[in-house]
Amino acid sequence: MTSLTARRRRTGERVIKGALLACGVVAIAATVGIILSLAGETISFFRTVPILKFLTGREWAPTFDPARFGFLPLLTATLIVSGIAAVVAFPLGLGTAIYLSEFASSRVRKIVKPTLEVLAGIPTVVFGYFALLFVTPSLLQHLVPGVKVFNGLSAGIVVGIMILPLVASISEDAMRAVPMSLREAAFGLGSTKRVVARKVVVPAALSGIGAAFILGLSRAIGETMIVAIAAGQQPNLTADPRLGMETMTTYIVKTSLGDTPAGTIAYKTIFALGTTLFVMTLILNFFSQRFIRRFREQYE
Amino acid sequence: MKRRTTAGFIVFVILALVASACGKSGGANKDLSGEIKADGSSTVYPIAQAVAEEFGKDAPNVKISVGESGTGGGFKKFCNAETDISDASRPIKDEEKTACSGKSIEYVELKVALDGLSIVVNPSSTFVTCLTTAELKKIWDPGSKIKNWKDVRAGFPDKPLTLYGPGTDSGTFDYFTEQINGKQDASRADYTSSEDDNTLVTGVAGDEDALGYFGFGYYDLNKTKLKIVGVDSGTGCVTPSKETINSGTYKPLSRPLFIYVKKTSIARPEVKAYIDFFLDNVSSLVASVGFVALHDDDLQAAKQTWTTAKA
Amino acid sequence: MRALVFRLALLLCVCVGLLTLATLLIDVFRDGIGRVSVDFVTNLDSRIPARAGIKPALVGTLWLMGLVILIAFPVGVGAAIYLEEFAPDNRFTRFIELNVTNLAGVPSVVYGLLGLAVFVRFMHMGRSILAGAFTLALLILPVIVVASREALRAVPDSIRQGALAVGATEWQTVWHQTLPAALPGALTGVILGLSRAIGEAAPLITLGALTYLNFVPKGPLDQFTAMPIQIFNWVSRAQPGYQQAAAAGIILLLVVLLAMNIVAILLRNRFERRW
Repeated sequence: MTSLTARRRRTGERVIKGALLACGVVAIAATVGIILSLAGETISFFRTVPILKFLTGREWAPTFDPARFGFLPLLTATLIVSGIAAVVAFPLGLGTAIYLSEFASSRVRKIVKPTLEVLAGIPTVVFGYFALLFVTPSLLQHLVPGVKVFNGLSAGIVVGIMILPLVASISEDAMRAVPMSLREAAFGLGSTKRVVARKVVVPAALSGIGAAFILGLSRAIGETMIVAIAAGQQPNLTADPRLGMETMTTYIVKTSLGDTPAGTIAYKTIFALGTTLFVMTLILNFFSQRFIRRFREQYE
Repeated sequence: MKRRTTAGFIVFVILALVASACGKSGGANKDLSGEIKADGSSTVYPIAQAVAEEFGKDAPNVKISVGESGTGGGFKKFCNAETDISDASRPIKDEEKTACSGKSIEYVELKVALDGLSIVVNPSSTFVTCLTTAELKKIWDPGSKIKNWKDVRAGFPDKPLTLYGPGTDSGTFDYFTEQINGKQDASRADYTSSEDDNTLVTGVAGDEDALGYFGFGYYDLNKTKLKIVGVDSGTGCVTPSKETINSGTYKPLSRPLFIYVKKTSIARPEVKAYIDFFLDNVSSLVASVGFVALHDDDLQAAKQTWTTAKA
Repeated sequence: MRALVFRLALLLCVCVGLLTLATLLIDVFRDGIGRVSVDFVTNLDSRIPARAGIKPALVGTLWLMGLVILIAFPVGVGAAIYLEEFAPDNRFTRFIELNVTNLAGVPSVVYGLLGLAVFVRFMHMGRSILAGAFTLALLILPVIVVASREALRAVPDSIRQGALAVGATEWQTVWHQTLPAALPGALTGVILGLSRAIGEAAPLITLGALTYLNFVPKGPLDQFTAMPIQIFNWVSRAQPGYQQAAAAGIILLLVVLLAMNIVAILLRNRFERRW
C-alpha cells in the first residue's frame, strides 16, 4: 500500500491531518472562548444572588426596585416557544424532506429546495415583525380566542417556520444519501412509494434526520429577535402560549443593547442567563447524541 | 436592444457609484481629516446622525461613525477609550464614573436637546384631557392594582384600563419612574412593554382602553392616531409641545439628552470643530428628528462648559 | 386512497413553507419596491427619510460575506472531514462533536460578546470587519459542520475502499473521491449558514458594528455597518418614510443573498449524484 516516495507523502499526509484536526479543535476553542467570556461575570453574579433563588424563583425583575431574580418565568417562556417551534418544524420539515427526496421530480426539487433556502435567509428581524404584525392580528386573533398582542404562540410558530428550511434541507440530504439499492429491494418486494419512504428510507436516514432535528431545536432555543419582537418583553410565569412572555434570549439582547450600565448586577444577569442556556443546550445535545448513536448502530 | 439597455444601465450604476465616491466639495471645514467615533443611546442616535450628516457635508474628509450600543454599552466603550463621544439619554451613573476614572478618562458632559415624555391615550377616550402627577403615580406605582379608568378619578367612566410603556431597560423608563414614582425603576410590572416606540404607538392606537407613555417625537408623527394628555404638576395643565418642552413649562417629563466628550480627544482639530458644529447646529436639527431644542439659557450654559473645556 | 392522502399531506408540508415565503415577499415588495433606485444604493443614510440610502451598509455586508465564506467554509468542511474520515471513535472525538452541535444553540448575542472579548479586544482586531467576519463565521460553523458530516457519512464506503485499494493515501482518497461526492451536502450547509449570517444584527452591534457611517469601508480592518443593522434601525424610527426604506433594504438584502445562493446552487447541481 505504500509507494517508493512514501516518506514525503506521509509527512504531507500528517501535515494535512494536523490541519484538519486544528479545524475540529476550533469548535472546542469557541466553546472555551464562550465559557471564558461568560464565566467571570457569572461567578460574580452568583456570589450576590444565591443560585437556588435563581433557579426556583418565580419572579424576574432585575432592573426593578426591589430586584427579583427568579428565572422560572424566562425558562417556561423559552420552553414553550421552542416546544411550539419543534411541533411546527419537525413534521413540516420531515414531510417536506420526504416529498422532495422520494416523490418530487428532479425539476421540481431543483426549484423548490433553493426556494425554501431563501426562507432561511430572511433576517430574523423581518420574521419578528411578520409574527407581530401579520400572524398575530390576521391569523391568531381570528382562530384562537384570547390571544394577546404579544404572545408565545405566534413567536413559536414563526420560529418553527424559520428553522423549517434547516430541518428540511439537512433531512432531505440525509434521505437522498440512502442507497437506491435499499429502495429497489423494497420495490422489488411490491412496496409502494409511501411504504418505502416510511419503512425503508426514513429509518435508514434516521441519524441524519436526528441531527437535523437537534440542530433545529438548538437554534430555536437560542433564537433571539423573533421572540423579542413577537413574544414581548414582560416576564410571565405561565403555561398559556396565548399570553405575552419573555424568553432568556429576549432579556439578554434587551439588556445588552439597552441603557443598563455595565458592571451592575442587572447587567451581570446577561452572563448568568447565557451560561444557563449554554448548559441547557449542552444537556440536550449530550442526551440526543447518545440516543442517535444507538439508532445508528442498528442500521449501519 | 435589451442587451444594450442592460449594459447601459450597469455602466450608469458604476459611474454613479464612482461619482458619489469622488467629487466631494465641502465647506468651511473641508481641509479637516481624521476619524470621530461616537456610540451610545439609540434614543440620541437620530440627533447624532443628523449632526454627523450635516458636518460630513461641511468636512467631507472626516470619517464619522455613530453606533447604537445603548447608553450603558456606549459608556462601557467610552470608559475603555474606544470612542470619542458617548451619546446618553441619562446622566452618567456612579459605576460608570468609577470605570472611567479607573482608566484615567476625563470627559465633558454637555446637554444637547430635550425629549418630552408624552402621555397618550386612544382617541376614543374623550373624557380625559389632563392627568395630575399624583394620578399618574396612582396608576404606575409598583403596588398599583388599578385596572379601570373609574379608579383613577371620580367621574371617569367604567372602562378597563390597559397600559403600554417602554421596556424596563430603557432610559425612558428610568426617567419616567424617577419623576413620577419618586424612585428609578420603581413601577408596576403588568403592562405591555416594548423597546420599540413604534410598537407602542400601534398598541395604543389600536386599543380603546389604552394609556401609554413614550417620546414626544413618536406622538408628533402619529397625531391623527393618538390623543395627547396634558400633565398637571401643581401649576395647571400643560400639554407637551415644542414650545412647552423648550421653555420648561411641561414638567416634570421633559428629559435632557446628553453627549459626553473625552477630554483627550478635544486636542484633535476635527473633534473640536465637530463639537463646535454640534452645539451651533443641534437646535435647528432636532426638530426634524422628533426632539426639542434646549432652552436658550441651557444651550448657552452648555456652550460655556464647552468653551472652558476647549481651553 | 391512503397513498393519495399521504402524498397530499406531504405536499401540504411543502406548501406551508412556500406560502409563508410568498406572503413575506409580497408584503415586503409592496412596501419597498418603489423605493429601490440607484439613489438608494449610492446614498448614505439621512435624517430625511426620502434621501436615506444604504451604500455603507451594502458594502459592509458584501465585505463581511466574502470574508465569512473564506473563513467558515474551509474550517467547517475541514472539521467535518476530520471528524468523519480521520478521527478515532473515542471520547475526545465525541466531545468535539458535542461542542459543535452545542454551539448551534448559543444565542447570537453571546457570540457578539465572545467576539468583543476575543477578536476585538484580545486579538486587537478592533471594531473591524475582520472581527465581525470571524464572529459570524463561528456562528454558522455548526450548520456547515453538521451538513458536511452527514454528506460525508452518506458517501458509500466502497468508493473509499476502491481508492485505497489502488494505492491512494487517505488524504488523496478524501480529496479526489470522498469530498467531491460530499460537496453538495457541504454546500447546503454553506447556503444555510450564509443565509443566517447575512441577516444577523445583534451580535455585530454588540461587538461594535456601527449604524451610521459617512464613509464606505475600504479594507478588512475598517469600521463598518451591515444591512440588517441599518434595516433594524430604520424600522424603529418614527417617520413613516423609513418603513419604506427598510422594506427596500430587505429587498436588496435578499437580492445579495440570492446572488450568493445561486452560485452555491449551481455548484451543488454540478456535483450532485445519486448512489
